[in-house]
Amino acid sequence: MEALFATTTGILAASGLYLALRGRTFPVVVGLTLLSYAVNLFLFSTGGLTTDGSAVIGDGGGEYADPLPQALVLTAIVIGFAMTAFSVILAMRVRGDVGSDHVNGNRVDEPREDKS
Amino acid sequence: MSLLLIVLLPLLGSLLPLLGSNQRRHQCALLTAAMPLIALLVTLRETPGVLAGEVPRLAFSWVPALGLDLALRLDGLSLLFVLLILGIGLLIILYARHYLAEADNMPRFYAYLMLFMTSMLGIVMADNLILLWMFWELTSLSSFLLIGFWSHQSAPRKGARMALAVTGMGGLALLAGFILIGQIVGSFDMQTVLDSRDVILADPRYLPALLLVLLGAFTKSAQFPFQFWLPQAMAAPTPVSAFLHSATMVKAGVFLLARLHPALAGSQEWLYLVSLTGLVTMLYGAYFALTKLDLKAILAYSTVSHLGLITMLFGFNSQMALVAGLFHILNHATFKAALFMTAGIVDHECGTRDIRKLKGLWRYMPMTTALATITAASMAGFPLLNGFLSKEMMLTESLETPLLGGLAWLIPALATVASILSAAYALRFVRNTFFDGKPRDLKKTPHEAPFLLRLPVLVLAIVCVVVGLFPALTATGLLTAATDAAMTMPAPEPHLSIWHGFNLPLLMSTIALLGGLLVYVLRQHLFAFHRQFASRDSLAIFENAVQRLVRFTQWAIDTLENGSLQRYMLWVVISALVVAGMSLMGIETLKGELATQEASPLIIVGAVITCFAGLATAFLHRRRLISLIMLSVVGLMASLIFARFSAPDLALTQLAVEVVTVILLMLALFFLPQKTPKESSASRIVRDVLLAAGFGGVVASLNYALLTRPLNSISDFFLENSVPGGGGHNVVNVILVDFRGFDTLGEITVLCIAGIGIYKLLNRLRLFMPSSDSEGRPWSPDRYPMILASVSQSLLPMALLVSVFIFLRGHNAPGGGFIAGLVTAVALILMYIAHGVEWAQQRLSFQYQPIAVAGVAIAALTGVGSWAFGYPFLTSSFGHFHIPLIGDMELATALLFDLGVYLTVVGATLMILANLGKVTTSHRPSKQKEKA
Repeated sequence: MEALFATTTGILAASGLYLALRGRTFPVVVGLTLLSYAVNLFLFSTGGLTTDGSAVIGDGGGEYADPLPQALVLTAIVIGFAMTAFSVILAMRVRGDVGSDHVNGNRVDEPREDKS
Repeated sequence: MSLLLIVLLPLLGSLLPLLGSNQRRHQCALLTAAMPLIALLVTLRETPGVLAGEVPRLAFSWVPALGLDLALRLDGLSLLFVLLILGIGLLIILYARHYLAEADNMPRFYAYLMLFMTSMLGIVMADNLILLWMFWELTSLSSFLLIGFWSHQSAPRKGARMALAVTGMGGLALLAGFILIGQIVGSFDMQTVLDSRDVILADPRYLPALLLVLLGAFTKSAQFPFQFWLPQAMAAPTPVSAFLHSATMVKAGVFLLARLHPALAGSQEWLYLVSLTGLVTMLYGAYFALTKLDLKAILAYSTVSHLGLITMLFGFNSQMALVAGLFHILNHATFKAALFMTAGIVDHECGTRDIRKLKGLWRYMPMTTALATITAASMAGFPLLNGFLSKEMMLTESLETPLLGGLAWLIPALATVASILSAAYALRFVRNTFFDGKPRDLKKTPHEAPFLLRLPVLVLAIVCVVVGLFPALTATGLLTAATDAAMTMPAPEPHLSIWHGFNLPLLMSTIALLGGLLVYVLRQHLFAFHRQFASRDSLAIFENAVQRLVRFTQWAIDTLENGSLQRYMLWVVISALVVAGMSLMGIETLKGELATQEASPLIIVGAVITCFAGLATAFLHRRRLISLIMLSVVGLMASLIFARFSAPDLALTQLAVEVVTVILLMLALFFLPQKTPKESSASRIVRDVLLAAGFGGVVASLNYALLTRPLNSISDFFLENSVPGGGGHNVVNVILVDFRGFDTLGEITVLCIAGIGIYKLLNRLRLFMPSSDSEGRPWSPDRYPMILASVSQSLLPMALLVSVFIFLRGHNAPGGGFIAGLVTAVALILMYIAHGVEWAQQRLSFQYQPIAVAGVAIAALTGVGSWAFGYPFLTSSFGHFHIPLIGDMELATALLFDLGVYLTVVGATLMILANLGKVTTSHRPSKQKEKA
């Protein structure tokens, strides 16, 4: 199970990074979001993979899942959303002001649909 | 206390002249002179004690963590230099008063001069290495201001820049050397360092430390091969040259050699490095001084030569050589300051310093001629003047040095050659300027300079003669005290006298004077020889080097920082790969000692779906909508993974965030092209795939290595203290709002700032709005589906109730401010989606920005509230309360904090989405079509 989890994290990270290296803003934002999922899973797993652990104290008294990575990841998820929002709206703003959705701000030929 | 006065009074003096105006120059000069004069009197009051062997010291702790103390001392060596700096400094103030033209800003000049004087005094009195270095750099800075005083001309600017670059660079080397010494000794305290010679010499770091310190000293004292900046610094006003290049700036380097002599000298490295550098510099300076045509250039190279002489003496590792060197510092300061001032007077009266135009000035300025002759004779080493005494001591010492072993005779021979050249250029300086015919094509007729301009020269010339005639009476005490400070053991009484009998040094002195006369007579042959060599303009070479450096850095910046995000990402990823890959290679096996768990079929299916969706997001990225759907699959799977591995809080959060993320990206996609054009080259794609695969491999390996190793977590503390310390059973929530509440406060602040930033970005955003999708199909005019509208409306109260429930129970069961906030936000956004922005805004007529800010404020105030009870920031308290209808409940102040979190999340999320939604609605094309 550990190998499976690690492979999943790796594949998500690789896919996210590939997208983050693209030249247009939208795939880059999607890539960063995907990368943040991978990072969250990675961080979460640092506490170990606990199956059927207790979520709250006094609840059955079984093994507790490590709460610290959970607290870290919880805020990371919310902040990740804020950052995704910021970057995608920055991308929109750039397109509005520069007229291109290329990450380097290049004024390359826009897709046909925009010219209509 | 008086020590502090000596340093601080001139510092105060750097402010006083600024009070005076440029018109009342007399007042300005008097104001400036007052402070160093008092400082000089204070020093003189301390002098008898110091000469008797006392060392007044004073220390305040300043930055103890760095070993930096504000510590001052006044030993014999300091005293010698303090007297020089203050004495000559006062004469310079007087001289500058009459030298500076009406157009020059005198208060500014005096302020710079006083600042420089303060930093010099700081160097010679510092009792802490780091403090010494600070003043050292301050001299570099203030001399930059002084040399570049005539900043409207090009030459002073360039000269100042060169001086700053060379001495500043040396200063950095010096700091490195000091830190090394500090590490060897374990302290930056001067006395500790001076007492630790054996430790320092035995340490393997001795040589690098010595080299770095010497680099600092040699650049400051213009030793070969760093001598080039000094002649360029002659573009400064003459009072500056007279001060900086006789008694102060350049003497800082040789002072440092003397100061650290007890700690660093005595080794073979010191002997060879210091004396040979000094010897070469002495010869180099003497030769070039003879060939120059500008009076100040002659003096500049002569200064280089004399500094070489002093450096050589300090390198000899002998007590008498040290005495000779210190004596020469004193003598050189007097005659060289006088000569610079003379050159300034000539310049002032004749409008030129070109030795070819000046001739026979004695007719016009007999007094100046007499003073110049006396001081130049002292420079040449003429008997009965102070220069003769120290020069003869130098020749004596050169005979006795063990340097070069069997070739030791070379040292006195070369020293004599340098003395010959020195006599020759001194003779040339005097004869070509003041005698030898009549002046030609001078711009104005020279007159005798005003008395007050000549007075400083007169004072210095008198010192030259008096010390020359009565050395034992005037200089012995000061020199003994200074030598004591610069030696490890008590120095023998230096025996200063004019007549030592007929001996070899006397013969060498005679040879030097006669040889100098001969060289002067035959100088045309020497000049003809010299002309064969292409002259090298050190300024041009330096400027060229600077230009090349600038071009190189520009190239490096252009290459590394080319404005391409992809390039930056590449660098970041490659560095991450290298760092993480290296540490992965450092572990023996990937798999750790923990036993792995069995994967159930359900988990395998989940993992396959997640991996497939992730890969599909990447591979289908050109079809953006499909890519986005795949992304949301990954998000949902992540939520399931969290649920599967016992993290219900995370699962809830991820689920709610997933909803808002997808809505956000869908909205954004409306304004962006629906498809990504194909533009990456095949090689680029291969590169990125390889990079991504490598990255994924490293992440997976790291994750696996981590998962199969036992970890020592600090979580046990949280588990144990959550109920007794935080009053909550949901440890995750207690960590968020209590244990690590300060982190959470920071995080919601970031969230709020991001929301406000987005609000600002969306402000007046003008975007092209497509009226149809990428296939050319027009958007549906049926904008608000009926079913969704009615369902969402009935769902809203339920959703809000659920969020309140989640919020309240968060401390003890999965839930809390974050999740409740997201649920509320999703419920409200559903209203926007179902009914449109206008409809929703009529009913939800409040701004979201204040809500988010209020949330942060509530959270922060909750933290501040604990101060009122005398607890640290964000201390929480809790207790049991009985609430009617709901029953017994544990309420903690953390709940209030969580309320802040809740409000921030609601405010920020809606600020982002509602504002983005507003952009889509205004002037919506389909609407216009309807109206049309």
